[in-house]
Amino acid sequence: MKRLGLAFGLLFLWAPILLMVVYAFSADRIPFQWGGFSLRWFAALAANERMREAALLSLRIAAGAATLATLLGGLAGWALARFGPFRGRALLGALAGAPLVLPEVVTGLSLLLLFVLGQGAAEAVFGWAPGRGAATILLAHVTIGLAYVAVVVQARLAALDPSLEEAAADLGAGPFTTFRTVTLPLIAPSLAAGWLLAFTLSLDDVVVASFVSGPAGTTLPMLVFSALKIGLTPEVNALAALFLALAALFVGAAGLFLARRANGAG
Amino acid sequence: MALLTVQGLAKRFGVARALDGLDLEVRPGEFLALLGGSGSGKSTLLRLVAGFEQPDAGRILLEGADLAGLPPHRRPVSMMFQSYALFPHLSVFDNVAYGLRREGVARAETAQRVAEALAMVGLEALGGRKPQQLSGGQRQRVALVRALVKRPRLLLLDEPLAALDAGLRERTGFELRALQRRTGAGFVMVTHDQAEALALADRIAVLEAGRLAQCGPPAELYERPATRFVARFLGAANVLEGRVAADGAVEAAGCRLLLPHGRAPGEILAVALRPERIRLLPGAPPAANGAAGVLRDLAYRGDAWMALVALPDGTELRVALPAGAAPPELGSPVALGWAAEALVPLAG
Amino acid sequence: MRRLFILLPPMLWLLLLVAAPLGILGLIAFAEAGPGVPPFIPPLGWAGGPVWQGSSESIGTLLADPYYLEAFLRSLLTAFVTAALCLLLAYPMALGIAGARPPWRIPLLLLVLLPFWTGFLPRLGAWIGLLRDGGWVNGMLGAMGIGPLRLLYSDLALYLGMVHAYLPFAVLPLATALMRRDLALEEAAADLGAGPWVVFRSVTLPLSLPAAASAFLLVFIPAAGEFVIPELLGPPEAQLVGRVLWGEFFQNRDWPLAAGLALALLVLLLPPILLFQRLGRRG
Repeated sequence: MKRLGLAFGLLFLWAPILLMVVYAFSADRIPFQWGGFSLRWFAALAANERMREAALLSLRIAAGAATLATLLGGLAGWALARFGPFRGRALLGALAGAPLVLPEVVTGLSLLLLFVLGQGAAEAVFGWAPGRGAATILLAHVTIGLAYVAVVVQARLAALDPSLEEAAADLGAGPFTTFRTVTLPLIAPSLAAGWLLAFTLSLDDVVVASFVSGPAGTTLPMLVFSALKIGLTPEVNALAALFLALAALFVGAAGLFLARRANGAG
Repeated sequence: MALLTVQGLAKRFGVARALDGLDLEVRPGEFLALLGGSGSGKSTLLRLVAGFEQPDAGRILLEGADLAGLPPHRRPVSMMFQSYALFPHLSVFDNVAYGLRREGVARAETAQRVAEALAMVGLEALGGRKPQQLSGGQRQRVALVRALVKRPRLLLLDEPLAALDAGLRERTGFELRALQRRTGAGFVMVTHDQAEALALADRIAVLEAGRLAQCGPPAELYERPATRFVARFLGAANVLEGRVAADGAVEAAGCRLLLPHGRAPGEILAVALRPERIRLLPGAPPAANGAAGVLRDLAYRGDAWMALVALPDGTELRVALPAGAAPPELGSPVALGWAAEALVPLAG
Repeated sequence: MRRLFILLPPMLWLLLLVAAPLGILGLIAFAEAGPGVPPFIPPLGWAGGPVWQGSSESIGTLLADPYYLEAFLRSLLTAFVTAALCLLLAYPMALGIAGARPPWRIPLLLLVLLPFWTGFLPRLGAWIGLLRDGGWVNGMLGAMGIGPLRLLYSDLALYLGMVHAYLPFAVLPLATALMRRDLALEEAAADLGAGPWVVFRSVTLPLSLPAAASAFLLVFIPAAGEFVIPELLGPPEAQLVGRVLWGEFFQNRDWPLAAGLALALLVLLLPPILLFQRLGRRG
């Protein structure tokens, strides 16, 4: 009964994805129609200038946003876990938690309004304002990623045995050395997980990016979304297969790494 | 000079007083056990000495030098944590080497001292393992040598045996004792287990509610407990309380207790009487230092029977009967007797 | 001092990019729409001093026009049905994962979460390819002599897409809670004479209710504001709040009305959000 439920759920989750991967190798012009094995849609994807540009932009934004989010979110998580009760703690907690629960349309619209007013103010003061595009998307994605990183890092720090850091101090390590040799290595996995989460969220986001972007910034999800509004094309199908392969590769590698560490750790 | 001197140490957490004006001395090369129940302040004392907490009042002197204001990493004392606090991301070797590296000891010397330390506890082959790959006993020994490899003059041990299986505890206790003699460091061990404290320590300090109840060699504490708390905590003595009569005998629980030294008449006195100092008598009980009662319950202890004898006034005495002889039937009347020397007057 | 260096960067960032935008959103909801860039008159003007020139026209429109009320009701209903379906599917899955032998648990959990990493849009693309008029499902049905059916742009497609997208979110908290449960409790119940079903109903299920509530809200909250899935899979008449807001903003360029909708959605979601955070603190 339990196994049946699990099997059904996994089938439901995976069947559409796996079918899509299979048909990515079909020569037929209509997606999900078998026309013999072919790699032509992958070739078409590689030749598609707009797709390539959008993908590159998305990757750059995602990497930058994830890195900044990890830095800021790490600091926020540290403050929440380690500073005890301080004035502004509730505010920090609420603000860091807000992007996790706000609907995407609300986040997107509110950030856009901020950027528009900011542009207006800049124009009034400097006579010139930077346009919206990659930079505004980056700011938005850092904000969302920050929230996730803060939660992950805070949870990890809270679960850490406090006597580990005391032991380091007892053995002669000053506060900075304790952080470098004990705390940082122990929270590194959660920082990595937070970075990855922020990266994925950025790479997956259509709604917020659509709101805050300008004519100059079209990310890959924005491009795919406008394509899907008309219907599925074999190129998008090939792109999805590519995405899945990359994700599987990544998760496989991470899983192997974790398994080795877990085995190494008994 | 004393190795560690604690004077009037006080620490409160919120409204709870963990330490309430504690005075204590640890001598060089001594193994001192801090014995007390939970909340007696024994772990707080350790954390104050190590520098993890700041005292509200009082002084802590190490070889005469005040430790106040020194952060934990500058204090020349080492601590072994109850959870062991082994760094999970470092190998056994790196765990033990951690303190030496912080001191800037040369690489070759570090390797040599770590190897020696691991060999001392028979773990020389496991230096490459991670702590999670060790058994509980092995972890305990790694934690111990990690604290000892820096050759501290004073080692603080927070319940070092508590996490071990009962079978391993006694053997590890002997090892701990041997290691202490070999290194010559002063050991201060926190424990709630009286048998552990009696077996290992040169001296025992019993803490009660943040104060020192009594401090002395194990035999002295056992034989001559100063207070009711110490008498009950160490070896679960019977405590009888009564008024001193005109002839100097204490009248308690319907018996007359004749102490070796007379007491002032009218005084209210508590007297400790250890279960193993009470004997079963064949006939009627003597007029003094004896009692008649009924055998209520029996528990086999291997080396003895622990008997619960109810006296006519309802008081229950714990009596240890030799295991060799068959004990009386439950519910049968018994006569008890003891020597005057077995009676220890208590101060509080 | 060091604390300030740690606290200040994220605090300033969050004040500027979370608190300020939400404040502005609340303000613009009371602005008057007008031509120009941006297409509204700021509710707070300056004429030698601050001047209030806002209006509550947008909020009035929201309350008066049944179109918007319907959008909200429909959104809540859709989110509720989605969350309920996810819970129904996720519970047996989580039980299956928690009941698997320990070395299998994490790989199984990864198998549930991996679709999340294949990308949100590609998965929706798969459903479009499967469900469209000449699509794969209709091809299969045709081979059995059924159809063709109108599957895409229907409520069926909408719910399939929603459940497919949100199911992993529901499995995760349930599986973690069920993996952590104390099996001795169930053994004690069995020992006291309860059969497998009674054990489940009287011990397992009640103890996992907080996790189930978390799972439900974890789906319900984002689903209520969902825009992309109804837009790509749902029927044109499924005008949920997310879509309506998008339309007011991008097509009608009525920013105050869009801001009003966002504000109303926020107010509506506040109770479930607070409940979710309370559950999170307890678990």
